[in-house]
Amino acid sequence: MTDETTHALALVPEDLPKPENFLKPHRIVLMLLFAGLVVAVAVFMRWDWLPRYLPRLGSGILVSLAMLFSTAILGFLLAVPLGLVQVTGPWFLRVPARLFCTVIRGTPLLLQLWLLYYGLGSLFPQFPWIRHSFLWPYLREAWPYGVAALTLSFAAYEGEVMRGAFAGVPQGELEAARAYGMGRWTTFRRIWLPRAVHRALPTLNGETVLQLKSTPLVATITVVDVYAVISKVRQETYLTYEPLLLLALIYMCLTGILVVAFRYFENRIPTRGA
Amino acid sequence: MAADSLINWSLLALAAPGWGGVLLQGFLHSVEIAIGGYALGLLLGIGGAFGKLYGGPVLRDLLECYTTIVRAVPELVLILLLYYAGTDLLNQVLGAMGIGAVDISGLTAGIFVIGVVQGAYSTEVLRGAIKAVPAGQIEAARAYGMSPTKVLRRITLPAMLPYAIPGLANLWLIATKDTALLAVVGFSELTLVTRQAAGTTKAYFLFFCAAGALYLVLTLVSNLFIGIIERHARRGFAEQR
Repeated sequence: MTDETTHALALVPEDLPKPENFLKPHRIVLMLLFAGLVVAVAVFMRWDWLPRYLPRLGSGILVSLAMLFSTAILGFLLAVPLGLVQVTGPWFLRVPARLFCTVIRGTPLLLQLWLLYYGLGSLFPQFPWIRHSFLWPYLREAWPYGVAALTLSFAAYEGEVMRGAFAGVPQGELEAARAYGMGRWTTFRRIWLPRAVHRALPTLNGETVLQLKSTPLVATITVVDVYAVISKVRQETYLTYEPLLLLALIYMCLTGILVVAFRYFENRIPTRGA
Repeated sequence: MAADSLINWSLLALAAPGWGGVLLQGFLHSVEIAIGGYALGLLLGIGGAFGKLYGGPVLRDLLECYTTIVRAVPELVLILLLYYAGTDLLNQVLGAMGIGAVDISGLTAGIFVIGVVQGAYSTEVLRGAIKAVPAGQIEAARAYGMSPTKVLRRITLPAMLPYAIPGLANLWLIATKDTALLAVVGFSELTLVTRQAAGTTKAYFLFFCAAGALYLVLTLVSNLFIGIIERHARRGFAEQR
């Protein structure tokens, strides 16, 4: 297995259609057909439930986005040391980090989520000091377990990427930093970390899109994200397809916005020769 | 105090009071679906990659829509949609043909769903790999008068394999983990039976860790084979780095 593999091929900015050469005769026909399909879906399927659930859908989307960004940021903060100790750390840090990445990447996220929620959730009440601590009101809720599982998963996948990125920074640059009299910490802060993050940035974007696609799993542990709202709609209205189609559309819009935003940021980061 | 209640190894026994046999049965289902879905995805991927590279403009755009949608919508949502839509559609077609509704087994539906998702990813992997084959080799085969299928069988597929194997190996690992999502539609694969076992016996940690170990073993054994296959496919390549 090569080092560069991530857990799937994420949608990246290069996949977006280019505005030039987009409109061609066959595309116009296809788009007309697609528009017809959309009109048919809008007319012949039942959408009368939609206004009633709009506020809940909005808050569900916010929960999904909060899950995405909090876990991506926390996971990245965890991924930096994970990647670093695998490159330079002593063996008693390197081996556990390696093991952590292997175990998390080798088991399904759903299983990890359920292990944390049901496993820890059933274990914690047995300890009185946990029940009496200030954390208990939070530990009784579902979302901390969702955040924890998603963060660990993101950290493991991104830690693997950061390991490659740290190892890939040219030695000469680090030697140059040392020659200028920088200490270890200054070298890390000024040279090694920025260069590694720069190298990891394209994969980081992809990982974030994949993380968005993992967030609906938290609905299985009763976190009310947009997926859970749609499940509720399906239970209450007995509709099969309409809510799911809407959900797919929502996620496509969110992914599209993420990808476009990343393209904007990527264009702002200077690269050599581009 | 929690130690005795936490680890009760007899729960993992293979015979009836223990849940080990049930777990292994679920694991077997997971592997079956992963293999079936992966194979279906590979077929779709080969078709999709060739369609994207050599197809007409309409086919190319439709395939682009397919891969974009699958890569933009969460697998969980796709699985639900395909699961209901696929079984519904098949029953309607069969009903129209006058055969009447059939009960589609969870295994078939699972393989179909995972296959469609995998197909989009392998389309992208194979397309990249085919593009990495030097164009001169394919042109030479054409110049020798080989028919398109022969070019495919003798030149393109074998030549692209070294480029495709890392991506395809990665897809296999994804397929094994994606089978866990079928737990949400109620198919009794490893993750769901684990949850049932854990819920019945209240030994959550034991069962989830056991299932995790099974998945991990599957991944590690797969990695072993992937390493062998990769080395075999890359023989004759100049060693990089």
